[in-house]
Amino acid sequence: MDKPTKLEIRNMTKLYKNGDGVRNINLSVSLGELVTLLGPSGCGKTTILRTVGGFLQCDSGKILIDGQDISQLPPEKRPTAMVFQSYNLWPHMTVYENMAFGLKLRRISKQEISERITRMLDLVKMAGFEKKYPNQMSGGQQQRIAIARSLLLEPQVLLLDEPFSALDAKIRSQMREELRKIQTDLAITVVFVTHDQEEAMALSDRIVVMNKGSVEQIGTPGEIYENPATRYIAGFIGEMNFIEQRDGTTVAVRPENVRLELGDATGGDIGGIVRTIMMLGHFYEIAVGTDKGIVKAFASAEEAAQFKHGDLVNCFFDGTYRYQPNSDQTENV
Amino acid sequence: MMSFLNPKRWFYTLGKKRFFEFLFLVLFLLFFYGPLLYTFLLAFANKYEFPNIIPAEFGFKWWGYVLSQPTLVRSIGLSFLFAFATIFVSMIICLPAAYVLARFNFPGRKAVMFSFLLGNAFPKIGIYTSMAIVFYRINLMGTFTGVLLIHLIECMMMMIWLPASAFKNVPVQQEEAARDAGAGPLRTFWYITLPNAWPGIAVAALFAFIGSLGENTGTLLVGLPYYRTMPVEMYGVILDYPSTAGAVFSLILIAPNLLLLLLFRKYVGGETLARGYKMG
Ligand SMILES: Nc1ncnc2c1ncn2[C@@H]1O[C@H](COP(=O)(O)OP(=O)(O)OP(=O)(O)O)[C@@H](O)[C@H]1O
Ligand SMILES: [Mg+2]
Repeated sequence: MDKPTKLEIRNMTKLYKNGDGVRNINLSVSLGELVTLLGPSGCGKTTILRTVGGFLQCDSGKILIDGQDISQLPPEKRPTAMVFQSYNLWPHMTVYENMAFGLKLRRISKQEISERITRMLDLVKMAGFEKKYPNQMSGGQQQRIAIARSLLLEPQVLLLDEPFSALDAKIRSQMREELRKIQTDLAITVVFVTHDQEEAMALSDRIVVMNKGSVEQIGTPGEIYENPATRYIAGFIGEMNFIEQRDGTTVAVRPENVRLELGDATGGDIGGIVRTIMMLGHFYEIAVGTDKGIVKAFASAEEAAQFKHGDLVNCFFDGTYRYQPNSDQTENV
Repeated sequence: MMSFLNPKRWFYTLGKKRFFEFLFLVLFLLFFYGPLLYTFLLAFANKYEFPNIIPAEFGFKWWGYVLSQPTLVRSIGLSFLFAFATIFVSMIICLPAAYVLARFNFPGRKAVMFSFLLGNAFPKIGIYTSMAIVFYRINLMGTFTGVLLIHLIECMMMMIWLPASAFKNVPVQQEEAARDAGAGPLRTFWYITLPNAWPGIAVAALFAFIGSLGENTGTLLVGLPYYRTMPVEMYGVILDYPSTAGAVFSLILIAPNLLLLLLFRKYVGGETLARGYKMG
C-alpha cells in the first residue's frame, strides 16, 4: 500500500459481561480510504466502531491514529467523528445550531462558523435548511445533516454506523453515491458499518467481512466476490449455489457461472429438471432441480428462451470453489 | 326564562341516562369547586351576614385589611422565599441524583428509587417529630435551614422521579454525539441533556413549588416561632380573624398555584405535563 496508514486497530478485544463482543481485531485503514465493516446483525460491527470513537473501552489491544495510541482518550479528545444509526441530531437545536455546536467549542469565530456551515450545507445539498428543527425534516435529510455536522469537525477518521439503514432503497442509493463523492473529493478516511452486502460492495475501497465477533476476510469488493475465503462468506456475499459432495466438501458456484444445455440430465457437472424461470430485470434466473438440491443459473433473455418448465438439462460449471467441511480452507478449481 | 332552569325539561332533553350523568357531574363540580366558589364570594364581600348565601355588598375592603396586617404580609414573602429556595436547592441536589439513577444501572438502584416513595408512605407527622428531635440536638429548630430541610424532604420524591424519567427519555446517542463533537461531560449535560429533559424537570419544579407553598405541619413544628409561612399563619387567621379575611388570605394562598398551572397549560401544554408524569 502506498498511502500512509491513518487508522490501525491492533489485536483489539472487547467483550461485554455476557461474553458477547469482538475478539482479536486487526485492521489498518490508509489515508482517504473507505473501509466497510460488513456482517450480519450482532456480529460486533457497532462494537468496533464504538471502541474507535471512544464510547467503549477496549479490554486489550491498541487503537492508533497516525501512529498515536488513542485507546485511553475520552471521545471528546479523539480526532474521530461518529454518525449514529439514529437519534443523531439534538432536537432542541436548529440545523444551524446543531452544526455550530462543535465549532463553537473549538472557539472558531462566528463569521467563520457561518461561512463553513453555508459551504457544508451546499455540499450535502441542504442549503436553506439552517432554521429548521430536526423534527421538521425527513429521515434522509436528518441523516444528511448528521453527516454534514460530523464533516464540519474535520475528523481524521469518520465513523458511520449504518447511517442509511432507516431510509428507503432509492434515497439510500442516492445517499451512497453522494457520500462516496464527498468522501473522495475531501479525501477523508471513513469506516462505514453496514449489514447490507450490496451497500458494502457499491461503496467500499475494502470490505471487512465479520462473523460472530471476529474478522473473517479483508479485501476489495472484487477480491471478496471473486474469492470468498470461507463458505460463510461465499453464502453471505452475492448469490451462490452450494453442492455437497460425497467426501464431505462443498462445491460452490455462482449462478452467472452456471451454463445450461438441453440434455438427458446425466451429463455436465450436474443434471436436473427445470423448475422455474424468473425474469429479474435484464436477465433470467432459471432454477434447476437436481438430486443435490436446487441449482440456480443466470441467463440472458435469448438463452432463457431455449428452456421451459420440465425440460431436462445438464449444468456446466465455469468456475467453482471448494470448501472443506468445518474449516476455513478453500480451493479454487 | 325560567324554563331554562326547569329540571323536567333537562330530563327530557338529555334522556334518562344522560340526565343522571349530568346530575352527577353537577354534584361533583359543586363538591370540588363549591368551597372555592364560596371562598371567592366571601373574599370580595364587603358586607356579609351569616344566613345569606350571596353577600350584601361586594368590594376590596377585606383585601385592604389583610394587606395592612404586617404579620400576614411578612408570611406571604416568607412563603415565596421558601418556595424559591426549595426549588433552587432541590434542583442542585436532586438533578444530579436523578441523572445517575436514570443513566447508570448499579446494584440497589431500584431500592434507592423505592426509598423515596417510602418517605411518603408514613404519616408525615411521625417523620417530622423524629426530625424535630434530631433538629433539637443539632440546633436547627427555629432556623431557616431547618424549615428548608423540611420542605426539601417534602419534594424529594417528586424532584427525583420525574427528572429521572425525563433524563431517561433523552437518547444516549445525543449525549454521545455531543462528546464526539468535543464537549466534556459537564458541557454535554448542560447543553444537551438538561434542555432536552427540561419539560419534565419544569413539571417537577412546579409541583415542588406548590408543595412548598402549602407545607404547614412540618413548618409549624420546626419553624415556630420565627418562621411563620402563609399556611402556618392560616391557623391563626381561622381563629382570630373574621371569615371574610380568612377567605382573602386563602385566595392569596391558592392564587399562585392556579396561576402557575394556567401558565403551564399555556406554555408547556397539558401533553407535556402528562408526559412529565410518565414514570420511566
Ligand atoms: N451494551 C451491551 N451489553 C451486552 N452485550 C452487548 C452490548 N452491546 C452489544 N452487545 C452484544 O454484542 C454483540 C455485538 O453487538 P453489536 O452492536 O456490535 O452488533 P452489530 O454488528 O452492530 O449488530 P447490528 O447490525 O444489529 O447493529 C451482540 O451479540 C450484542 O447482543
Ligand atoms: Mg450495530
